[in-house]
Amino acid sequence: MAAVKLVELAHARSGDKGDVVNIGVVAYEPEHYSLLAETLTAERVQEHFGSMVKGKVVRYELPNLHALNFVLPRALGGGGTVSLMMDAQGKVFSTALLRMEVEVPDETAQRTRGRGRLPESLYLHGEETHG
Amino acid sequence: MRVAGAGGFWGDDLDAPVRQVEGGPIDYLVMDYLAEVTMSILHKQRARDPEAGYARDFVSLMERILPTCLERGIRVVANAGGVNPGGCAGEVARAARRAGVRGRLRLGVVTGDDLMPRLDELLAGGHELCNMETGEPLAGIRERVTGANVYLGAFPIAEALGRGADVVVTGRCVDAALTLAPLLHEFGWAADDYDRLAAGVVAGHVNECGAQCTGGNAMAEWWTIPDLDRVGFPIIEAEPSGEFVVTRHEGSGGRVNPATVTEQIVYEIGDPAAYATPDVVADFTTVRLSGAGKDRVRVTGARGRPPTGWLKASIVYSGGWRAVGTLVYAWPDAAAKARAAARVLRARLDRLGLRFDEMRTDLVGWDSTHGALAGPPPPDLPEVQLRVAVRGSERAPVERFTREVAPLVLTGPPSVTGFGEGRPRVREVAAFWPALVPREAVEPFVRVETREA
Repeated sequence: MAAVKLVELAHARSGDKGDVVNIGVVAYEPEHYSLLAETLTAERVQEHFGSMVKGKVVRYELPNLHALNFVLPRALGGGGTVSLMMDAQGKVFSTALLRMEVEVPDETAQRTRGRGRLPESLYLHGEETHG
Repeated sequence: MRVAGAGGFWGDDLDAPVRQVEGGPIDYLVMDYLAEVTMSILHKQRARDPEAGYARDFVSLMERILPTCLERGIRVVANAGGVNPGGCAGEVARAARRAGVRGRLRLGVVTGDDLMPRLDELLAGGHELCNMETGEPLAGIRERVTGANVYLGAFPIAEALGRGADVVVTGRCVDAALTLAPLLHEFGWAADDYDRLAAGVVAGHVNECGAQCTGGNAMAEWWTIPDLDRVGFPIIEAEPSGEFVVTRHEGSGGRVNPATVTEQIVYEIGDPAAYATPDVVADFTTVRLSGAGKDRVRVTGARGRPPTGWLKASIVYSGGWRAVGTLVYAWPDAAAKARAAARVLRARLDRLGLRFDEMRTDLVGWDSTHGALAGPPPPDLPEVQLRVAVRGSERAPVERFTREVAPLVLTGPPSVTGFGEGRPRVREVAAFWPALVPREAVEPFVRVETREA
Protein backbone atom coordinates (compact mmCIF):
# COMPACT_ATOMS: atom_id res chain seq x y z
CA MET A 1 0.00 0.00 0.00
CA ALA A 2 1.06 3.58 -0.61
CA ALA A 3 -0.12 6.97 0.64
CA VAL A 4 -1.38 9.36 -2.05
CA LYS A 5 -3.09 12.70 -1.83
CA LEU A 6 -6.82 12.58 -2.54
CA VAL A 7 -6.27 15.19 -5.30
CA GLU A 8 -4.77 12.37 -7.41
CA LEU A 9 -7.92 10.25 -7.18
CA ALA A 10 -10.77 12.73 -7.23
CA HIS A 11 -11.95 16.20 -8.14
CA ALA A 12 -14.36 18.13 -5.96
CA ARG A 13 -16.64 21.14 -5.70
CA SER A 14 -17.86 22.85 -2.54
CA GLY A 15 -20.41 25.48 -1.61
CA ASP A 16 -22.53 26.80 1.24
CA LYS A 17 -26.00 26.78 2.75
CA GLY A 18 -25.94 29.13 5.71
CA ASP A 19 -23.24 27.97 8.11
CA VAL A 20 -22.98 24.58 6.38
CA VAL A 21 -20.42 23.58 3.74
CA ASN A 22 -20.98 20.68 1.38
CA ILE A 23 -18.17 19.06 -0.56
CA GLY A 24 -18.93 16.80 -3.51
CA VAL A 25 -16.01 14.47 -4.20
CA VAL A 26 -15.98 12.81 -7.63
CA ALA A 27 -13.67 9.90 -8.52
CA TYR A 28 -11.70 10.46 -11.73
CA GLU A 29 -11.95 6.75 -12.51
CA PRO A 30 -15.29 5.02 -11.82
CA GLU A 31 -13.40 1.99 -10.57
CA HIS A 32 -11.88 4.08 -7.77
CA TYR A 33 -15.30 4.91 -6.32
CA SER A 34 -15.45 1.87 -4.04
CA LEU A 35 -11.94 2.62 -2.80
CA LEU A 36 -13.01 6.17 -1.95
CA ALA A 37 -16.23 4.95 -0.34
CA GLU A 38 -14.18 2.62 1.88
CA THR A 39 -11.46 5.06 2.91
CA LEU A 40 -13.22 8.41 2.91
CA THR A 41 -15.48 7.90 5.92
CA ALA A 42 -17.30 10.76 7.65
CA GLU A 43 -15.05 10.17 10.67
CA ARG A 44 -11.85 10.57 8.62
CA VAL A 45 -13.13 13.77 7.03
CA GLN A 46 -14.12 15.09 10.46
CA GLU A 47 -10.64 14.32 11.78
CA HIS A 48 -8.98 15.90 8.72
CA PHE A 49 -10.74 19.23 9.23
CA GLY A 50 -10.36 19.21 13.03
CA SER A 51 -11.45 22.52 14.56
CA MET A 52 -12.33 23.98 11.14
CA VAL A 53 -15.66 22.10 11.34
CA LYS A 54 -17.62 22.44 14.59
CA GLY A 55 -20.62 20.27 13.71
CA LYS A 56 -20.83 16.56 12.92
CA VAL A 57 -19.80 15.58 9.38
CA VAL A 58 -22.39 13.54 7.46
CA ARG A 59 -21.58 11.53 4.32
CA TYR A 60 -23.94 10.69 1.45
CA GLU A 61 -23.21 8.32 -1.43
CA LEU A 62 -23.94 8.80 -5.15
CA PRO A 63 -22.57 5.56 -6.65
CA ASN A 64 -24.13 6.21 -10.08
CA LEU A 65 -22.06 9.38 -10.36
CA HIS A 66 -19.10 7.77 -8.52
CA ALA A 67 -19.30 10.62 -6.07
CA LEU A 68 -19.56 11.19 -2.32
CA ASN A 69 -21.16 14.23 -0.72
CA PHE A 70 -19.92 15.48 2.63
CA VAL A 71 -21.99 17.89 4.67
CA LEU A 72 -19.99 19.93 7.19
CA PRO A 73 -22.21 21.86 9.63
CA ARG A 74 -20.98 24.94 11.50
CA ALA A 75 -17.92 25.35 9.30
CA LEU A 76 -18.34 28.93 8.09
CA GLY A 77 -18.14 31.13 11.16
CA GLY A 78 -21.86 31.90 11.08
CA GLY A 79 -22.09 31.69 7.29
CA GLY A 80 -22.66 34.02 4.37
CA THR A 81 -22.56 37.70 5.21
CA VAL A 82 -21.95 37.20 8.95
CA SER A 83 -18.77 35.15 8.54
CA LEU A 84 -15.42 36.95 8.76
CA MET A 85 -13.66 34.13 6.91
CA MET A 86 -11.93 34.77 3.60
CA ASP A 87 -13.80 31.76 2.19
CA ALA A 88 -17.12 32.72 3.76
CA GLN A 89 -19.08 30.68 1.20
CA GLY A 90 -16.93 27.57 1.42
CA LYS A 91 -15.96 27.76 -2.24
CA VAL A 92 -12.50 26.21 -1.76
CA PHE A 93 -13.15 23.84 1.14
CA SER A 94 -13.08 21.25 -1.65
CA THR A 95 -9.35 21.79 -2.13
CA ALA A 96 -8.67 21.61 1.61
CA LEU A 97 -10.20 18.13 1.57
CA LEU A 98 -8.15 17.07 -1.47
CA ARG A 99 -4.98 17.56 0.62
CA MET A 100 -5.95 14.49 2.62
CA GLU A 101 -3.69 11.44 2.32
CA VAL A 102 -5.30 8.08 1.61
CA GLU A 103 -3.84 4.59 1.46
CA VAL A 104 -4.16 2.87 -1.91
CA PRO A 105 -2.63 -0.24 -3.50
CA ASP A 106 0.87 0.43 -4.93
CA GLU A 107 -0.38 -0.18 -8.46
CA THR A 108 -3.14 2.43 -8.08
CA ALA A 109 -0.64 4.93 -6.67
CA GLN A 110 1.60 4.45 -9.69
CA ARG A 111 -1.25 4.83 -12.16
CA THR A 112 -2.68 7.97 -10.58
CA ARG A 113 0.60 9.77 -9.84
CA GLY A 114 0.40 13.44 -10.84
CA ARG A 115 -3.30 13.29 -11.65
CA GLY A 116 -5.24 16.36 -10.53
CA ARG A 117 -2.19 18.62 -10.71
CA LEU A 118 -0.87 20.81 -13.48
CA PRO A 119 1.69 18.81 -15.52
CA GLU A 120 5.25 19.92 -14.73
CA SER A 121 5.76 21.03 -18.34
CA LEU A 122 3.07 23.70 -17.80
CA TYR A 123 4.45 25.21 -14.58
CA LEU A 124 4.79 28.99 -14.68
CA HIS A 125 8.24 30.15 -15.67
CA GLY A 126 9.92 33.54 -15.93
CA GLU A 127 7.84 36.46 -17.19
CA GLU A 128 4.61 34.41 -17.19
CA THR A 129 4.56 34.59 -13.41
CA HIS A 130 4.26 38.39 -13.39
CA GLY A 131 1.91 41.07 -14.63
CA MET B 1 -37.13 22.04 -26.47
CA ARG B 2 -34.01 24.00 -25.63
CA VAL B 3 -33.75 25.88 -22.36
CA ALA B 4 -30.67 28.08 -22.22
CA GLY B 5 -29.17 29.10 -18.87
CA ALA B 6 -27.69 32.56 -19.10
CA GLY B 7 -26.59 33.59 -15.65
CA GLY B 8 -25.87 32.10 -12.24
CA PHE B 9 -26.06 35.23 -10.11
CA TRP B 10 -26.51 38.99 -10.39
CA GLY B 11 -23.10 40.05 -11.59
CA ASP B 12 -22.47 37.07 -13.85
CA ASP B 13 -21.18 37.50 -17.44
CA LEU B 14 -23.31 40.38 -18.83
CA ASP B 15 -23.01 39.19 -22.42
CA ALA B 16 -23.89 35.55 -21.78
CA PRO B 17 -27.63 36.06 -22.50
CA VAL B 18 -26.76 37.74 -25.79
CA ARG B 19 -24.45 34.88 -26.76
CA GLN B 20 -27.18 32.37 -25.85
CA VAL B 21 -29.77 34.17 -27.99
CA GLU B 22 -27.52 34.78 -30.96
CA GLY B 23 -25.24 31.73 -30.87
CA GLY B 24 -27.75 29.11 -32.03
CA PRO B 25 -31.31 27.88 -31.69
CA ILE B 26 -32.99 28.11 -28.26
CA ASP B 27 -36.61 28.22 -27.10
CA TYR B 28 -36.25 29.63 -23.59
CA LEU B 29 -33.72 31.87 -21.90
CA VAL B 30 -33.59 31.55 -18.09
CA MET B 31 -31.59 33.61 -15.64
CA ASP B 32 -31.03 33.40 -11.90
CA TYR B 33 -30.29 36.73 -10.25
CA LEU B 34 -30.98 36.03 -6.58
CA ALA B 35 -28.33 34.86 -4.17
CA GLU B 36 -29.08 35.46 -0.47
CA VAL B 37 -26.58 38.31 -0.40
CA THR B 38 -28.36 39.86 -3.40
CA MET B 39 -31.70 39.69 -1.59
CA SER B 40 -30.27 41.63 1.34
CA ILE B 41 -28.98 44.35 -1.02
CA LEU B 42 -32.35 44.55 -2.79
CA HIS B 43 -34.21 44.86 0.51
CA LYS B 44 -31.95 47.78 1.43
CA GLN B 45 -32.54 49.43 -1.95
CA ARG B 46 -36.30 49.12 -1.64
CA ALA B 47 -36.19 50.52 1.91
CA ARG B 48 -34.57 53.67 0.48
CA ASP B 49 -36.74 53.81 -2.66
CA PRO B 50 -40.06 51.92 -2.96
CA GLU B 51 -39.63 51.85 -6.77
CA ALA B 52 -36.31 49.94 -6.47
CA GLY B 53 -35.47 46.43 -5.27
CA TYR B 54 -35.01 44.45 -8.48
CA ALA B 55 -32.11 43.56 -10.81
CA ARG B 56 -31.71 46.69 -12.96
CA ASP B 57 -29.29 44.91 -15.30
CA PHE B 58 -32.18 42.75 -16.45
CA VAL B 59 -34.04 45.79 -17.78
CA SER B 60 -31.15 46.99 -19.94
CA LEU B 61 -30.59 43.41 -21.09
CA MET B 62 -34.22 43.13 -22.16
CA GLU B 63 -33.98 46.37 -24.09
CA ARG B 64 -31.04 44.87 -25.93
CA ILE B 65 -32.40 41.40 -26.73
CA LEU B 66 -36.22 41.70 -26.73
CA PRO B 67 -36.55 42.38 -30.49
CA THR B 68 -34.52 39.27 -31.32
CA CYS B 69 -36.32 37.16 -28.72
CA LEU B 70 -39.76 38.15 -30.02
CA GLU B 71 -38.71 37.64 -33.60
CA ARG B 72 -37.42 34.12 -32.92
CA GLY B 73 -40.08 33.17 -30.36
CA ILE B 74 -37.59 32.89 -27.50
CA ARG B 75 -39.33 33.29 -24.15
CA VAL B 76 -37.54 34.61 -21.07
CA VAL B 77 -37.91 33.52 -17.43
CA ALA B 78 -35.95 35.33 -14.73
CA ASN B 79 -36.20 35.95 -11.00
CA ALA B 80 -34.95 39.47 -11.70
CA GLY B 81 -37.98 40.83 -9.83
CA GLY B 82 -36.10 40.51 -6.56
CA VAL B 83 -38.23 42.12 -3.85
CA ASN B 84 -40.25 44.18 -6.36
CA PRO B 85 -41.36 42.02 -9.33
CA GLY B 86 -44.13 44.46 -10.27
CA GLY B 87 -41.69 47.38 -10.44
CA CYS B 88 -39.30 45.28 -12.50
CA ALA B 89 -42.04 44.30 -14.95
CA GLY B 90 -43.05 47.95 -15.32
CA GLU B 91 -39.49 48.83 -16.28
CA VAL B 92 -39.34 45.92 -18.74
CA ALA B 93 -42.50 47.32 -20.36
CA ARG B 94 -40.76 50.70 -20.73
CA ALA B 95 -37.68 48.93 -22.09
CA ALA B 96 -39.92 47.23 -24.67
CA ARG B 97 -41.15 50.65 -25.84
CA ARG B 98 -37.59 51.91 -26.12
CA ALA B 99 -36.66 48.78 -28.06
CA GLY B 100 -39.47 49.44 -30.52
CA VAL B 101 -41.56 46.36 -29.70
CA ARG B 102 -44.42 48.20 -28.01
CA GLY B 103 -47.65 46.23 -28.10
CA ARG B 104 -45.93 43.02 -29.16
CA LEU B 105 -44.88 41.83 -25.72
CA ARG B 106 -46.92 39.85 -23.22
CA LEU B 107 -45.48 40.17 -19.71
CA GLY B 108 -46.00 37.76 -16.83
CA VAL B 109 -45.41 38.58 -13.18
CA VAL B 110 -45.40 36.15 -10.26
CA THR B 111 -45.79 37.58 -6.76
CA GLY B 112 -46.62 36.23 -3.33
CA ASP B 113 -43.15 35.28 -2.14
CA ASP B 114 -42.87 38.42 0.00
CA LEU B 115 -43.83 37.49 3.56
CA MET B 116 -42.83 40.81 5.11
CA PRO B 117 -46.30 42.42 5.01
CA ARG B 118 -47.75 39.32 6.70
CA LEU B 119 -44.92 38.48 9.08
CA ASP B 120 -46.61 39.58 12.30
CA GLU B 121 -49.86 37.96 11.22
CA LEU B 122 -47.95 34.69 10.69
CA LEU B 123 -46.26 34.95 14.09
CA ALA B 124 -49.58 35.80 15.77
CA GLY B 125 -51.11 32.80 14.00
CA GLY B 126 -48.74 30.51 15.89
CA HIS B 127 -46.06 30.12 13.21
CA GLU B 128 -42.82 30.52 15.15
CA LEU B 129 -40.59 30.55 12.04
CA CYS B 130 -37.85 28.77 13.98
CA ASN B 131 -34.32 28.96 12.57
CA MET B 132 -33.68 25.72 10.66
CA GLU B 133 -30.07 25.61 11.86
CA THR B 134 -30.42 26.63 15.52
CA GLY B 135 -34.09 25.94 16.34
CA GLU B 136 -34.58 29.40 17.89
CA PRO B 137 -37.94 31.11 17.31
CA LEU B 138 -37.96 34.28 15.19
CA ALA B 139 -39.52 36.36 17.97
CA GLY B 140 -36.06 36.94 19.48
CA ILE B 141 -34.88 38.96 16.46
CA ARG B 142 -38.24 40.16 15.07
CA GLU B 143 -37.47 43.88 15.46
CA ARG B 144 -34.25 43.47 13.46
CA VAL B 145 -35.94 41.77 10.46
CA THR B 146 -35.68 43.76 7.23
CA GLY B 147 -37.07 41.25 4.74
CA ALA B 148 -38.68 37.84 4.46
CA ASN B 149 -39.25 35.84 1.29
CA VAL B 150 -40.44 32.33 0.68
CA TYR B 151 -39.09 30.17 -2.14
CA LEU B 152 -41.90 29.46 -4.61
CA GLY B 153 -41.98 26.61 -7.11
CA ALA B 154 -42.37 26.32 -10.88
CA PHE B 155 -46.14 26.08 -11.33
CA PRO B 156 -46.96 29.81 -11.06
CA ILE B 157 -44.32 30.53 -13.74
CA ALA B 158 -45.74 27.77 -15.93
CA GLU B 159 -49.19 29.35 -15.51
CA ALA B 160 -47.85 32.68 -16.78
CA LEU B 161 -46.33 30.87 -19.77
CA GLY B 162 -49.65 29.14 -20.33
CA ARG B 163 -51.31 32.54 -20.57
CA GLY B 164 -48.91 33.43 -23.32
CA ALA B 165 -46.27 35.44 -21.46
CA ASP B 166 -43.14 36.08 -23.55
CA VAL B 167 -41.24 37.29 -20.48
CA VAL B 168 -41.95 36.09 -16.94
CA VAL B 169 -40.55 38.08 -14.03
CA THR B 170 -40.60 36.51 -10.57
CA GLY B 171 -39.37 37.29 -7.11
CA ARG B 172 -37.95 34.57 -4.91
CA CYS B 173 -38.36 31.06 -6.28
CA VAL B 174 -36.16 27.99 -6.13
CA ASP B 175 -33.48 28.40 -8.79
CA ALA B 176 -34.43 25.12 -10.46
CA ALA B 177 -38.00 26.41 -11.01
CA LEU B 178 -36.76 28.76 -13.73
CA THR B 179 -35.89 25.74 -15.90
CA LEU B 180 -38.59 23.37 -14.65
CA ALA B 181 -41.40 25.84 -15.49
CA PRO B 182 -40.85 25.87 -19.28
CA LEU B 183 -40.79 22.05 -19.24
CA LEU B 184 -44.08 21.93 -17.29
CA HIS B 185 -45.63 24.30 -19.78
CA GLU B 186 -44.33 22.68 -22.97
CA PHE B 187 -44.78 19.04 -21.97
CA GLY B 188 -47.86 19.44 -19.78
CA TRP B 189 -46.41 17.37 -16.96
CA ALA B 190 -48.89 16.78 -14.16
CA ALA B 191 -48.28 18.00 -10.61
CA ASP B 192 -48.03 14.40 -9.43
CA ASP B 193 -45.77 13.15 -12.23
CA TYR B 194 -42.96 13.16 -9.69
CA ASP B 195 -40.26 11.38 -11.68
CA ARG B 196 -40.57 13.87 -14.54
CA LEU B 197 -40.75 16.82 -12.14
CA ALA B 198 -37.58 15.50 -10.50
CA ALA B 199 -35.91 15.27 -13.91
CA GLY B 200 -36.85 18.90 -14.48
CA VAL B 201 -35.38 19.83 -11.10
CA VAL B 202 -32.11 18.05 -11.96
CA ALA B 203 -32.08 19.95 -15.28
CA GLY B 204 -32.73 23.18 -13.40
CA HIS B 205 -30.02 22.44 -10.84
CA VAL B 206 -27.51 21.81 -13.64
CA ASN B 207 -28.64 24.96 -15.47
CA GLU B 208 -28.89 27.35 -12.53
CA CYS B 209 -25.25 28.27 -12.06
CA GLY B 210 -24.53 29.23 -15.64
CA ALA B 211 -21.13 28.15 -16.94
CA GLN B 212 -20.37 26.19 -13.78
CA CYS B 213 -21.57 23.07 -15.64
CA THR B 214 -19.87 23.87 -18.94
CA GLY B 215 -16.24 24.20 -17.87
CA GLY B 216 -16.24 27.25 -15.61
CA ASN B 217 -14.82 26.62 -12.13
CA ALA B 218 -14.29 23.00 -13.22
CA MET B 219 -11.46 21.27 -11.46
CA ALA B 220 -10.88 18.17 -13.60
CA GLU B 221 -7.89 19.02 -15.84
CA TRP B 222 -8.82 22.70 -15.76
CA TRP B 223 -5.75 23.64 -17.80
CA THR B 224 -7.11 21.73 -20.79
CA ILE B 225 -10.53 23.43 -20.90
CA PRO B 226 -10.57 25.54 -24.08
CA ASP B 227 -11.61 29.14 -24.70
CA LEU B 228 -13.04 30.13 -21.32
CA ASP B 229 -12.92 33.74 -22.57
CA ARG B 230 -16.06 32.91 -24.60
CA VAL B 231 -17.34 30.08 -22.47
CA GLY B 232 -20.58 28.56 -23.67
CA PHE B 233 -23.40 28.71 -21.13
CA PRO B 234 -25.54 25.60 -20.69
CA ILE B 235 -28.36 24.50 -22.93
CA ILE B 236 -30.80 21.84 -21.74
CA GLU B 237 -32.26 19.86 -24.63
CA ALA B 238 -35.32 18.45 -22.90
CA GLU B 239 -37.60 15.63 -23.95
CA PRO B 240 -41.19 14.91 -22.84
CA SER B 241 -39.96 11.71 -21.12
CA GLY B 242 -37.85 13.74 -18.68
CA GLU B 243 -34.57 12.72 -20.27
CA PHE B 244 -32.37 15.60 -21.28
CA VAL B 245 -29.01 16.46 -22.80
CA VAL B 246 -26.72 19.17 -21.44
CA THR B 247 -24.75 20.97 -24.12
CA ARG B 248 -23.51 24.38 -25.26
CA HIS B 249 -23.66 26.31 -28.53
CA GLU B 250 -21.32 25.15 -31.25
CA GLY B 251 -18.37 27.49 -31.51
CA SER B 252 -18.48 28.55 -27.87
CA GLY B 253 -15.73 27.79 -25.36
CA GLY B 254 -15.67 25.50 -22.36
CA ARG B 255 -16.43 21.81 -21.96
CA VAL B 256 -19.46 19.67 -21.25
CA ASN B 257 -18.60 16.15 -20.13
CA PRO B 258 -19.64 13.88 -17.26
CA ALA B 259 -16.96 15.45 -15.04
CA THR B 260 -18.16 19.05 -15.48
CA VAL B 261 -21.83 18.08 -15.14
CA THR B 262 -21.21 15.91 -12.07
CA GLU B 263 -19.36 18.75 -10.34
CA GLN B 264 -22.47 20.89 -10.80
CA ILE B 265 -24.88 18.15 -9.69
CA VAL B 266 -23.07 17.82 -6.35
CA TYR B 267 -22.85 21.62 -5.89
CA GLU B 268 -24.72 23.01 -2.88
CA ILE B 269 -26.72 19.93 -2.01
CA GLY B 270 -27.43 18.18 1.28
CA ASP B 271 -28.92 14.69 1.16
CA PRO B 272 -28.75 13.87 -2.57
CA ALA B 273 -31.64 11.43 -2.21
CA ALA B 274 -33.91 14.19 -0.90
CA TYR B 275 -33.38 17.45 -2.77
CA ALA B 276 -36.47 19.29 -1.58
CA THR B 277 -38.30 21.82 -3.75
CA PRO B 278 -41.87 23.14 -3.50
CA ASP B 279 -42.90 20.88 -6.41
CA VAL B 280 -41.11 17.59 -5.76
CA VAL B 281 -38.48 15.93 -3.60
CA ALA B 282 -35.89 14.88 -6.16
CA ASP B 283 -33.53 11.93 -5.84
CA PHE B 284 -30.16 12.71 -7.42
CA THR B 285 -28.71 9.30 -6.51
CA THR B 286 -30.71 7.55 -9.23
CA VAL B 287 -29.39 9.87 -11.95
CA ARG B 288 -27.07 8.49 -14.63
CA LEU B 289 -24.87 10.41 -17.05
CA SER B 290 -23.58 9.26 -20.40
CA GLY B 291 -21.62 10.88 -23.16
CA ALA B 292 -23.84 11.74 -26.15
CA GLY B 293 -21.24 13.18 -28.51
CA LYS B 294 -18.76 16.01 -28.19
CA ASP B 295 -19.81 18.42 -25.42
CA ARG B 296 -23.08 16.58 -24.94
CA VAL B 297 -24.08 14.70 -21.79
CA ARG B 298 -27.30 12.74 -21.51
CA VAL B 299 -28.97 12.74 -18.08
CA THR B 300 -31.45 9.99 -17.22
CA GLY B 301 -32.98 8.18 -14.28
CA ALA B 302 -34.09 10.95 -11.91
CA ARG B 303 -36.75 9.83 -9.45
CA GLY B 304 -39.12 11.98 -7.44
CA ARG B 305 -41.43 11.87 -4.44
CA PRO B 306 -44.28 14.18 -3.37
CA PRO B 307 -43.14 17.49 -1.88
CA THR B 308 -43.51 18.20 1.82
CA GLY B 309 -46.16 20.46 3.29
CA TRP B 310 -43.53 23.10 4.03
CA LEU B 311 -41.87 25.84 2.02
CA LYS B 312 -38.54 27.40 2.88
CA ALA B 313 -38.37 31.06 3.78
CA SER B 314 -35.28 33.19 3.89
CA ILE B 315 -35.52 36.00 6.42
CA VAL B 316 -32.98 38.84 6.45
CA TYR B 317 -32.14 40.71 9.66
CA SER B 318 -29.60 43.23 10.76
CA GLY B 319 -26.57 41.43 12.14
CA GLY B 320 -24.45 44.40 13.25
CA TRP B 321 -21.37 45.86 11.59
CA ARG B 322 -18.12 44.59 10.15
CA ALA B 323 -14.84 45.73 8.64
CA VAL B 324 -11.76 44.07 7.17
CA GLY B 325 -8.27 45.62 7.31
CA THR B 326 -5.29 44.39 5.30
CA LEU B 327 -1.53 45.09 5.13
CA VAL B 328 1.24 43.30 3.23
CA TYR B 329 4.47 42.13 4.91
CA ALA B 330 7.60 41.23 2.91
CA TRP B 331 10.49 38.76 3.23
CA PRO B 332 12.32 37.88 5.40
CA ASP B 333 10.08 36.35 8.07
CA ALA B 334 7.00 37.85 6.45
CA ALA B 335 4.51 35.64 8.30
CA ALA B 336 6.15 36.26 11.70
CA LYS B 337 6.05 40.04 11.13
CA ALA B 338 2.38 39.87 10.14
CA ARG B 339 1.48 37.82 13.22
CA ALA B 340 3.45 40.24 15.42
CA ALA B 341 1.55 43.17 13.87
CA ALA B 342 -1.75 41.46 14.64
CA ARG B 343 -0.71 41.06 18.28
CA VAL B 344 0.16 44.77 18.48
CA LEU B 345 -3.19 45.66 16.95
CA ARG B 346 -5.13 43.45 19.33
CA ALA B 347 -3.33 44.91 22.35
CA ARG B 348 -4.17 48.46 21.21
CA LEU B 349 -7.82 47.58 20.59
CA ASP B 350 -7.98 46.00 24.07
CA ARG B 351 -6.43 49.10 25.65
CA LEU B 352 -9.02 51.24 23.88
CA GLY B 353 -11.66 49.09 25.54
CA LEU B 354 -13.18 48.05 22.18
CA ARG B 355 -15.24 44.89 22.30
CA PHE B 356 -16.24 42.87 19.24
CA ASP B 357 -18.49 39.85 18.80
CA GLU B 358 -15.73 38.33 16.71
CA MET B 359 -12.22 39.19 15.59
CA ARG B 360 -10.31 37.08 13.11
CA THR B 361 -6.74 37.15 11.80
CA ASP B 362 -5.60 35.37 8.64
CA LEU B 363 -2.46 35.35 6.52
CA VAL B 364 -3.57 35.64 2.90
CA GLY B 365 -1.05 33.72 0.82
CA TRP B 366 -0.65 31.14 3.54
CA ASP B 367 -3.60 30.00 5.63
CA SER B 368 -6.69 32.11 4.89
CA THR B 369 -8.48 29.30 3.06
CA HIS B 370 -6.97 26.03 4.34
CA GLY B 371 -6.55 27.15 7.96
CA ALA B 372 -4.50 24.85 10.17
CA LEU B 373 -4.20 22.36 7.29
CA ALA B 374 -1.67 24.75 5.73
CA GLY B 375 0.75 24.07 8.59
CA PRO B 376 3.27 26.60 9.95
CA PRO B 377 4.41 29.19 7.38
CA PRO B 378 8.01 28.88 6.14
CA PRO B 379 10.41 31.73 7.07
CA ASP B 380 11.20 32.36 3.40
CA LEU B 381 7.69 33.21 2.19
CA PRO B 382 8.35 36.16 -0.17
CA GLU B 383 5.35 38.06 1.17
CA VAL B 384 2.07 37.63 2.97
CA GLN B 385 -1.05 39.74 3.45
CA LEU B 386 -2.27 40.25 6.99
CA ARG B 387 -6.08 40.29 7.06
CA VAL B 388 -7.82 41.31 10.26
CA ALA B 389 -11.63 41.25 10.34
CA VAL B 390 -13.97 42.38 13.12
CA ARG B 391 -17.71 42.21 13.66
CA GLY B 392 -19.80 43.82 16.39
CA SER B 393 -23.34 44.83 17.19
CA GLU B 394 -22.38 48.52 17.60
CA ARG B 395 -21.02 50.59 14.76
CA ALA B 396 -18.66 52.82 16.79
CA PRO B 397 -16.08 50.19 17.85
CA VAL B 398 -15.93 48.84 14.29
CA GLU B 399 -15.44 52.39 13.01
CA ARG B 400 -12.59 52.92 15.48
CA PHE B 401 -10.98 49.64 14.40
CA THR B 402 -10.73 50.95 10.84
CA ARG B 403 -8.56 53.83 12.15
CA GLU B 404 -6.16 51.51 13.99
CA VAL B 405 -4.88 49.56 10.95
CA ALA B 406 -2.88 52.20 9.01
CA PRO B 407 -0.90 53.39 12.08
CA LEU B 408 0.78 49.94 12.15
CA VAL B 409 2.79 51.05 9.12
CA LEU B 410 4.93 53.43 11.22
CA THR B 411 4.37 51.97 14.66
CA GLY B 412 4.59 48.20 14.19
CA PRO B 413 6.89 45.51 12.81
CA PRO B 414 8.92 46.42 9.67
CA SER B 415 8.73 45.79 5.90
CA VAL B 416 5.04 46.60 5.52
CA THR B 417 3.20 48.02 2.54
CA GLY B 418 -0.09 47.65 0.66
CA PHE B 419 -2.13 50.27 2.53
CA GLY B 420 -2.83 52.34 -0.59
CA GLU B 421 -6.54 51.54 -0.69
CA GLY B 422 -7.09 53.67 2.38
CA ARG B 423 -9.07 53.03 5.54
CA PRO B 424 -11.23 49.87 5.59
CA ARG B 425 -14.94 50.38 4.98
CA VAL B 426 -17.51 49.70 7.66
CA ARG B 427 -20.32 47.56 6.29
CA GLU B 428 -23.65 46.59 7.75
CA VAL B 429 -24.11 42.84 8.18
CA ALA B 430 -27.26 41.33 6.69
CA ALA B 431 -27.77 38.05 8.49
CA PHE B 432 -30.02 35.21 7.28
CA TRP B 433 -32.61 33.23 9.14
CA PRO B 434 -33.79 30.12 7.24
CA ALA B 435 -37.21 28.94 8.36
CA LEU B 436 -40.06 26.71 7.21
CA VAL B 437 -43.58 27.98 6.52
CA PRO B 438 -46.63 25.76 5.97
CA ARG B 439 -47.62 25.67 2.32
CA GLU B 440 -51.21 26.70 3.10
CA ALA B 441 -49.95 29.95 4.69
CA VAL B 442 -48.32 30.96 1.39
CA GLU B 443 -50.09 29.49 -1.64
CA PRO B 444 -53.37 31.42 -1.36
CA PHE B 445 -51.34 34.64 -1.68
CA VAL B 446 -49.43 33.71 -4.83
CA ARG B 447 -50.57 35.78 -7.81
CA VAL B 448 -49.88 35.32 -11.50
CA GLU B 449 -50.61 38.34 -13.68
CA THR B 450 -50.13 38.71 -17.41
CA ARG B 451 -50.60 41.83 -19.48
CA GLU B 452 -49.71 43.36 -22.83
CA ALA B 453 -46.81 45.77 -22.91
